[in-house]
Amino acid sequence: MASLDIENVKKQFGNVEVLRSISINIAHGEFLVLVGPSGCGKSTLLNLIAGLETISSGIIKIGEQNVTHIAPKDRDIAMVFQSYALYPSMNVRKNISFGLETRKIPKPEIEKQVAKVASMLQIEDLLDRRPAQLSGGQRQRVAMGRALARDPAIFLFDEPLSNLDAKLRVEMRTEIKLLHQKVGTTIVYVTHDQIEAMTLADRIAIMKDGVIEQFGTPKNIYESPASIFVAGFIGSPSMNFIPCEITEHDGNLKILLVAQGDEKCLVPVKGLSSSPEKLKGQKVILGIRPEQISAFNLSEKKNNNVFKLKCQVRLTEPTGPDTLVFTQINNQKTTCRIHPDKAALPGESMEMGFDISKAVLFDPKTQKRIY
Amino acid sequence: MNSEYFSNDYQKTPFMLFFRVAVYAVLIIAAIYFLIPLVIMIFTSVKTMNDIRTGNLISFPRQFSLEAWKSAWDTACIGVTCNGIKGYFWNSVKITVPAVSISTIIGAANGYVFSKWKFYGSEVFFSILLLGCFIPFQIILLPMAKMLGMAGLAQTLPGLVLVHIVYGLAFTTLFFRNFYVTIPQELVKAARIDGAGFFRIFFKIMLPVSIPIFVVSIIWQTTQIWNDFLFGVVFSSGDTQPITVALNNLVNTSTGVKKYNVDMAAAIIAALPTMAVYIVAGKYFLRGLTAGSVKG
Ligand SMILES: Nc1ncnc2c1ncn2[C@@H]1O[C@H](COP(=O)(O)OP(=O)(O)OP(=O)(O)O)[C@@H](O)[C@H]1O
Ligand SMILES: [Mg+2]
Repeated sequence: MASLDIENVKKQFGNVEVLRSISINIAHGEFLVLVGPSGCGKSTLLNLIAGLETISSGIIKIGEQNVTHIAPKDRDIAMVFQSYALYPSMNVRKNISFGLETRKIPKPEIEKQVAKVASMLQIEDLLDRRPAQLSGGQRQRVAMGRALARDPAIFLFDEPLSNLDAKLRVEMRTEIKLLHQKVGTTIVYVTHDQIEAMTLADRIAIMKDGVIEQFGTPKNIYESPASIFVAGFIGSPSMNFIPCEITEHDGNLKILLVAQGDEKCLVPVKGLSSSPEKLKGQKVILGIRPEQISAFNLSEKKNNNVFKLKCQVRLTEPTGPDTLVFTQINNQKTTCRIHPDKAALPGESMEMGFDISKAVLFDPKTQKRIY
Repeated sequence: MNSEYFSNDYQKTPFMLFFRVAVYAVLIIAAIYFLIPLVIMIFTSVKTMNDIRTGNLISFPRQFSLEAWKSAWDTACIGVTCNGIKGYFWNSVKITVPAVSISTIIGAANGYVFSKWKFYGSEVFFSILLLGCFIPFQIILLPMAKMLGMAGLAQTLPGLVLVHIVYGLAFTTLFFRNFYVTIPQELVKAARIDGAGFFRIFFKIMLPVSIPIFVVSIIWQTTQIWNDFLFGVVFSSGDTQPITVALNNLVNTSTGVKKYNVDMAAAIIAALPTMAVYIVAGKYFLRGLTAGSVKG
């Protein structure tokens, strides 16, 4: 077990800068998830932590040790690969023990360790099989077993679940979480699935084009996204981004929401630091999550965070627990999460309550959050 | 199930039936065309000279005799010595076995480096090596003779072995490299994290899955080297000649009557090892050539 410090790490392949000044640090025992769209450099960063690629500049520390220029085998890490990378010519037992054998651990000790890992992952029956004779889920377990057998300082996972079907993926996700609770080892986990990121992580680093857009706890990232990219990436269905203009009304700054049929509603803006004079007429993007728009009910009338707007329903998507209702606000398609019993039919209109206590504002130019 | 049903049905239409028959007819004719020379050779080799003189070329042997085979192996005259082709057969074995094994092993190691341990400029290096596949034999004869002379290996078996190794490396390297690039790089990464080094990864992880490509390389090299004539003629003489050269000399020896049965027997003996290799390992050869799609 160990902490992980990544300081100003850069990586170039030829002239292409793939990672640009990455800094992350996590405490020992934490579960870090690197998440981002394809090609943003997640695997590259993981390979740098593992020592499988050479670093262009910067420092990586595991625990107190600077490992920047240390060979992978001496970094005390174990890794699970997306393709599992099981050795095809060896049976499961050999696959698990290979790393122990190269480290010259005594035979009885190896056997004990293999047995322990096999029972932990429930793969005792598979020990004498070859990887080709295993199902996807079983291979995934064996790959985990190979990593677990070594009891390293840090586990590195590169999209370990992306080759599994949806149901198995959810099962394995909980198992990985349980495993982390049990062994308590520091984990760095790469995924491009935001649900995996939210459910597993103690800390999330959201990457885009080789930089970290935001680094924080899942709650922090969900509630205070730093940019439109982060807000849109995390959360499903995605946050609504409604273009608005700041106006002055009765001496207060407000933004105007217009629904179809010219229904209007003025929403106050607070917490903006610039002077009111400057803000007047400025274009902003209101970020509001679907669950913050629900059917308006009268008891909320006194709640001065909730604003009523009569909207036309264009389309509904029942998901079971909620119904997603799509409408147009400021000519922008907007998703609302409504209780199934309250949802109106397409073509009808209904009163929505906009809870703006958690709404955020973005600058359309910089794409960053201004409030 | 469904498609099987359809295709069976389809085959029953008169056109398809005709088509089938036509295909088989062509195949059978082609097979006969290729087999006839072999059959004639075998027939002739077990005939007596008398039989050959009186009968015609494709007639069935009237008297079965292995005399010609014995003579070809043991007593036929090649040039001025009359010890048959056995010595030259063993020469070819002594050339082929080391040349095939060494070029295959080095090719495997080369392929491993060019696919899994790329270094700065390795692609350029590999391309240059590949050029070796396209260099015609004739071009390297003189420089090679000069080099062998300088190394003191001119006209010796080890010299010929060296020539074949050098010439074969381009091919074996290509085979192994193309095979190893289909093996995921992640395997190497996983092994490195597991603490395995360059050689351990090669021996424990790459070699055990390389059997198909070894078979390809061995068959290819064996046929190339065993059947080689040009290098044999140029880089060896007298006692050190391979069987192909000896066969040529045997057939061209002009003293006495032409013994067709001995010539045929000698030719079959010269061809037997390559035929045997194909029969034993041909199945793997085809499989190995398409091994790009094989996953571990
Ligand atoms: N060996 C390499 N040489 C050159 N460019 C590379 C190399 N490896 C990766 N890249 C480039 O670096 C960028 C990041 O790649 P990386 O594999 O880290 O992406 P990723 O975030 O893991 O994506 P994915 O989710 O698809 O796995 C990509 O644009 C890729 O083309
Ligand atoms: Mg990746």
